[in-house]
Amino acid sequence: MGTIVFFIFAILAIAAAWGVVTSRNIVHSAFYLALSFSGVAVLYVLMNADFLAAVQLLVYTGAVSIMVVFAVMLTLRGEVSDSNPENRKWGWGAFISVLLFAVIALVVLTNPDWRILPSAWTSGGSAEDMSLLLLSQFMIPFEAAAVLLTVALAGAVILAKGVKENK
Amino acid sequence: MNLGNLSVGLSTYLLVGAMLFCLGLYGVFAKRNIIAILMSLELMLNAVNINFVAFNRFLWNQKIDIHYILTGNVAALFVIVVAAAEIAVGLALVITIYRNRHSTNVDEFDWLKW
Repeated sequence: MGTIVFFIFAILAIAAAWGVVTSRNIVHSAFYLALSFSGVAVLYVLMNADFLAAVQLLVYTGAVSIMVVFAVMLTLRGEVSDSNPENRKWGWGAFISVLLFAVIALVVLTNPDWRILPSAWTSGGSAEDMSLLLLSQFMIPFEAAAVLLTVALAGAVILAKGVKENK
Repeated sequence: MNLGNLSVGLSTYLLVGAMLFCLGLYGVFAKRNIIAILMSLELMLNAVNINFVAFNRFLWNQKIDIHYILTGNVAALFVIVVAAAEIAVGLALVITIYRNRHSTNVDEFDWLKW
């Protein structure tokens, strides 16, 4: 059961990612991106990371994809069916990516230490369990992340809106 | 819920992550539209998150302190925070550049070149 679900959603996520990088229409790319994020959220559920799956759906599928769609709509020019072209050197990019994947696959498949099957999971992945860690062991990074988000919010508003010049 | 007791091993998850990462890498190299490049960056960060969660799921044991068991998940959460901040600032930059240059094509962003 779990295996079938895993392969369905892993293939969905990878196929959608393929659609993101090969689609000629950037609006389609943005929607494929949301699909890919949702597929990854299901993989998180399969790995017992329930809270992360919810965060993935909320932040990535809900916020990031929609923001990308907004940016696409605000900057669209010319024919939409040819809005996402490759550049002249795409062959090199494909070559390097395939090479990197081959190397990683070789390492992963030939390393017997990583051929691990799941053992029974008893320690949860819910918001309660993660908040214990976030508010004790990782409190400083947690606060730093809060500051980072505030600064990024202010910076994004200032960048996008522009600063009025003083007279 | 018994969905978690699946028989897919760690290396399968790592391969999925590697696949997504390499697709994102191809997008960063090959795309002309800067928003497509940002989308590919998000794909790569997502692949890294899969690796974090997979290592956390498969390399734990009950001997370690219960408070450290979810460290990989917390790392993935911080990656999500940074990715959200990055996409917000990145898209604001894209909109500003578009306002000045009327283009989203990275081949034309060469006015730092002398």
